[in-house]
Amino acid sequence: MLDVGEVERLEAEAVNSAKIRQPLYAARKKIFPKRASGQFRRFKWIVMAITLGIYYLTPWLRWDRGPYAPDQAVLVDLANRRFYFFFIEIWPQEFFFVAGLLVMAGIGLFLITSTVGRAWCGYTCPQTVWVDLFLVVERAIEGDRNARIKLDGAPWSVSKMVKRVTKHTVWLLIAVATGGAWIFYFADAPTLLGEVLTGQAAAVAYMTIAVLTATTYIFGGLMREQVCTYMCPWPRIQAAMLDENSLTVTYNDWRGEPRSRHAKKAAAAGESVGDCVDCNACVAVCPMGIDIRDGQQLECITCALCIDACDSVMDKIGRERGLIAYATLNDYNANMALATGDGAHAIEPALVRQPGGRLVEKVAQFHLGKIFRPRTFIYTAVWALIGLAMLYALLTRERLQLNVLHDRNPQFVVLSDGAIRNGYTVKLLNMIPEPRTIRITLVGLQGGAMSAVGAEQMEGETLAVDVEPDRLKSLKIYVRQPRDRVQPGGTTFRFVARDAAGTETASYDANFIAPEASR
Amino acid sequence: MTEKHIDEISGVSTTGHEWDGIRELDNPMPRWWLWTFYATVLWAIGYTVAYPAWPLLTSATKGVLDYSSRGEVKQELAAASAAQEKYIAAIKAKSVDEIEADGSLRDFATAAGAATFRVNCVQCHGSGAQGSPGFPNLNDDEWLWGGSADQIYKTVTHGIRFADDADTRTSEMPAFAEMLSAVQIGDVSAYVASLSGSVSDPAKVEPGAKIYADNCAACHGANAKGNRELGAPDLTDAIWLYGSGERAIAQQVRAPKNGVMPAWGARLGDVKVKELAVYVHSLGGGE
Ligand code: SF4
Ligand code: SF4
Repeated sequence: MLDVGEVERLEAEAVNSAKIRQPLYAARKKIFPKRASGQFRRFKWIVMAITLGIYYLTPWLRWDRGPYAPDQAVLVDLANRRFYFFFIEIWPQEFFFVAGLLVMAGIGLFLITSTVGRAWCGYTCPQTVWVDLFLVVERAIEGDRNARIKLDGAPWSVSKMVKRVTKHTVWLLIAVATGGAWIFYFADAPTLLGEVLTGQAAAVAYMTIAVLTATTYIFGGLMREQVCTYMCPWPRIQAAMLDENSLTVTYNDWRGEPRSRHAKKAAAAGESVGDCVDCNACVAVCPMGIDIRDGQQLECITCALCIDACDSVMDKIGRERGLIAYATLNDYNANMALATGDGAHAIEPALVRQPGGRLVEKVAQFHLGKIFRPRTFIYTAVWALIGLAMLYALLTRERLQLNVLHDRNPQFVVLSDGAIRNGYTVKLLNMIPEPRTIRITLVGLQGGAMSAVGAEQMEGETLAVDVEPDRLKSLKIYVRQPRDRVQPGGTTFRFVARDAAGTETASYDANFIAPEASR
Repeated sequence: MTEKHIDEISGVSTTGHEWDGIRELDNPMPRWWLWTFYATVLWAIGYTVAYPAWPLLTSATKGVLDYSSRGEVKQELAAASAAQEKYIAAIKAKSVDEIEADGSLRDFATAAGAATFRVNCVQCHGSGAQGSPGFPNLNDDEWLWGGSADQIYKTVTHGIRFADDADTRTSEMPAFAEMLSAVQIGDVSAYVASLSGSVSDPAKVEPGAKIYADNCAACHGANAKGNRELGAPDLTDAIWLYGSGERAIAQQVRAPKNGVMPAWGARLGDVKVKELAVYVHSLGGGE
């Protein structure tokens, strides 16, 4: 175990601290995040592997849908306006499913944020994940924080040149791979890969790759934390989402202050000292360039790396972990009140810490029960309701649809034998990837008879229509009613479409229009 | 009045203005923002060089890319007609019946014919081809000169009673005002009206039948079913070009109207006329 005074002090300063005055246009102060290690870093590696894996591999998953539909598990087929997701196929008019998913994602984000703060930002946001990935490359080539700071300050030399060129090349390769993976969601991945490599893909594919390469490289490599701080709206919204029971990364100054680099000496002199040894480890690892000890800040993405950094320092000096920890405002306030005697005096570490360094029993700790509050229940309920409603809609949706449009002009035609004829445009939607024969019949029109323009043939009273797989078929259908059956002004009847296999039916109520008075 | 003021809590200078005790922090803009701004300015300048932009006295600078929205439309139209070429060539080569037998060609011709119809034919036949008194309804199944696609094609090409076309369809119903007395005209009108089921005075119908046989049957047929060779209408059905009922019929017997349809073959060209014929034939009454 190290002695307090032996903990290495890092030269680090919070570059985004408000205390530093800046000119009208401020150049970005470079941030050189130090590698952290600990439970949260480990968790973040896992999340990174999963999210990147999902992004890069999903387009390559196959899903057999028979000969008439693509076999790519997830595909946004813009040309044919279809969206495929494993066993689900969505037509444009069913886009509400996607809208519903987005609403669920939004409410899910509210739920997560109200319980564990900006977990989305800290762990799964593409900006965070890619910046993390780019930092891995940077560290591998240029070394950790100190080496990088040194390299940055060093004059240009061959070795600096080599390192910089290598770093930016690898970054660009990652960026190209990122942009490249995106387009595979929009076309058959293996085919498109071949086309892209041989220069035969559509221009829009190359443009998309170029644009996403540029954004990935610029956002992940060059702009990094500035994207979160200046461009993303979420840091501004978070304040409305958090409440006093939300977990956020917190510096527990009720046990950390007064911080001291020379704790032993101070203690010997009879001064009270907190747990913080002012080693700046938390500042050095922060990818956002802030000092969490200044309190909750807009910039903090709650990546929890400062927790890892501080925990390892606390381990070294034999103090309890959690000087920086996920804590709720309520717990923090309670502990603060404990340490200050309800605000009567400055922080007195002795009130929260036993002589051996352990924290006293009275210190409030987070427990899982706090997650269950009305707010999270409401979010969960709304989220689940939308999910269930969509599931119901998905399971009961029709895969055979019928739409009928009455001719507007003329509304009816008098035929030579006095019969009345109405014209309709009938649209049949065969929403499964198999060819089908659909039989159309008329129901409820006395003496009504159909005829169709084109190749379709009547089979007695029914019209048999062959519809291509996964397509809409538009038909022009004429319906006539003999003179003696016509009702002045018209009547309503029903078109019924039935799958030849007899499994599915669809119907549409239509008007049959006739002259007002009998002639 | 903008004196320097530093906000105590953040340590950042403010804009110096104060509204009801509220001041605005004057945080510096990030430099990348400035670069982005410069980039947009450069882009704008480049844009005005590349595209038509700067106003001159009578026009504007053309831009080095020589772009114009009219030019773009021209290109699009050229592309569209290039795409239509194979259909047009096929329509040129085939007869109307052959066009109708070919699914996609029929669809193309129907759509093209509908467009031509809307420009050239709706003035008389109406936007839904529903006709009006004196101008036949093309949706129904009564065809004075034949309702097959080929017959329609001939009618559209050469017109009806159109003096400038040698092959035009002609017939003329004589004015019976000079040959029959007013009473006879009344009688024959009552008879003709009775053929399509309207209730007429039997005292007139009987002499009317005889007058019909003597004067009208030659063209309209003894059974009054009409004669397409002569363009003579069927008088027993429910469709009346010049109006139904005894009065309208009497009027037509006395001083007949003989409508004229122009010949479109020379004006629109063979392809368009074929398309028109396919469209009209698709309206539901075709034979
Ligand atoms: S303060 Fe801590 S949690 Fe927040 S961004 Fe920095 S390292 Fe991550
Ligand atoms: S909070 Fe922890 S990591 Fe940060 S300076 Fe204090 S002891 Fe070091």
